[in-house]
Amino acid sequence: MIWEGFLLTLKISSISIVFALLLGTMITVMRLSRIKPLEWFGVAYIEFIRNTPLLVQLFFWHFGSYYLLPDWLNTWKNSLSSPEFIDGVIALSAYTSGFIAEDLRSGIFAIPKTQLEASRACGLSFMQAMGYVILPQAFRIVVPPLISQCLNLIKNSSLCLVISVAELTYMAKQVQVRGAHGFEVFTVSTLIYLCISLLVSLGINTYNKYFLRTIKY
Amino acid sequence: MHWEVVTKNFEYFLVGAWPNGPIGGIAMSILLALGGIFGAFWIGMVFGLMRLSRNWATRTLALVYIEIIRGVPLIMVIFWFYFLGPILIGREIPETWSALTALIIFTSAYIAEIVRAGVDALPKGQMEAARSTGLSSVQAMCFVILPQALRNMIPSFVNQFVSLTKDTSLAFIIGVNELTRTAEQVNNRTMNAPLEIFFTIAVMYFVICFVLTSISRRLERQVSRYQARRS
Repeated sequence: MIWEGFLLTLKISSISIVFALLLGTMITVMRLSRIKPLEWFGVAYIEFIRNTPLLVQLFFWHFGSYYLLPDWLNTWKNSLSSPEFIDGVIALSAYTSGFIAEDLRSGIFAIPKTQLEASRACGLSFMQAMGYVILPQAFRIVVPPLISQCLNLIKNSSLCLVISVAELTYMAKQVQVRGAHGFEVFTVSTLIYLCISLLVSLGINTYNKYFLRTIKY
Repeated sequence: MHWEVVTKNFEYFLVGAWPNGPIGGIAMSILLALGGIFGAFWIGMVFGLMRLSRNWATRTLALVYIEIIRGVPLIMVIFWFYFLGPILIGREIPETWSALTALIIFTSAYIAEIVRAGVDALPKGQMEAARSTGLSSVQAMCFVILPQALRNMIPSFVNQFVSLTKDTSLAFIIGVNELTRTAEQVNNRTMNAPLEIFFTIAVMYFVICFVLTSISRRLERQVSRYQARRS
């Protein structure tokens, strides 16, 4: 049971990470674009997502997604064996994308302004300059914070137990509620989370040691 | 849309059943957050300074504490205190207290990291100068380093308080009657306005956290003006 929960934790986290990265990049570009309504939307989105608890967002999507999502998505979702999995993915990726957008923005600000000016002077459009010059450099700088956001996402996925996604914490609680081996189960799942996070921070340290020092401005 | 569900229950969201019953709603969330940051400040300060100690054992102890707490989701910490606290102590603990303890322990690890970073960011010469005027290392810490470092840490503390305020929503899972739980109760009772209810709750959290975030941004600008810098 714990093993299945662990696999589901990995599954929901990895799917959400992909969506969060895509959404976060989109929001960052909106936030930095010169078109005012887009910029306001980006700011409002980031502030709202960052200043409300994930738990409330989970409930919002769990109970409210039916009214907000398009019909074809709802039909598809309800044909699945666990529709709440989709709600979890939506909430997790929306939440994390707010944080990723902030990290990306600070990464982009770390790139000297002359880079954008130079690429614009070469005749690239704003989108081209972003896509081919600025973002590739910014991504390299923000890899450590992005990885730690992924780690946060894995830890946050434990909250999906409130909408009954059967991930690691949910399984641990199920075992505990049945009255058998609560202590052992909590120890094991705590250790699993601990191992994941230690591995990730080891990865970040290695990256910092070997790759980041080669970047100079 | 059924906004009347929200307007009818708004007082319940604010204070719960108080004054005719136990306090709840956003008042409970704020109490939890305030109690949490107060406790976490002192524990975090102790572990943060232990982390900087020159004694190997003390440093490792603090490091292990910080890494374990930071590597585990808050909900796990809450479950540990909720399910295993009574077994260890041998009697029942009200869930508000186990939630508060879990929040304090969880936040203290993050505060410890803030304290460590804050002290580390001060120029080394400050400690050396203080020691060379004849202060002991404890005196130098208390009278020279910490007063400067704490001022620089204030914005980070406010940010941590914002996360803590958001984290109090997790106390819902073990049945503490705070804002998220009152929303859940009202939603279970009415069943026809989930979107409106949870949107209102999100806005209530947003107002508190956004005000605090703005304050912390302003403080950050002020603090960076008076900082002792590395040469």
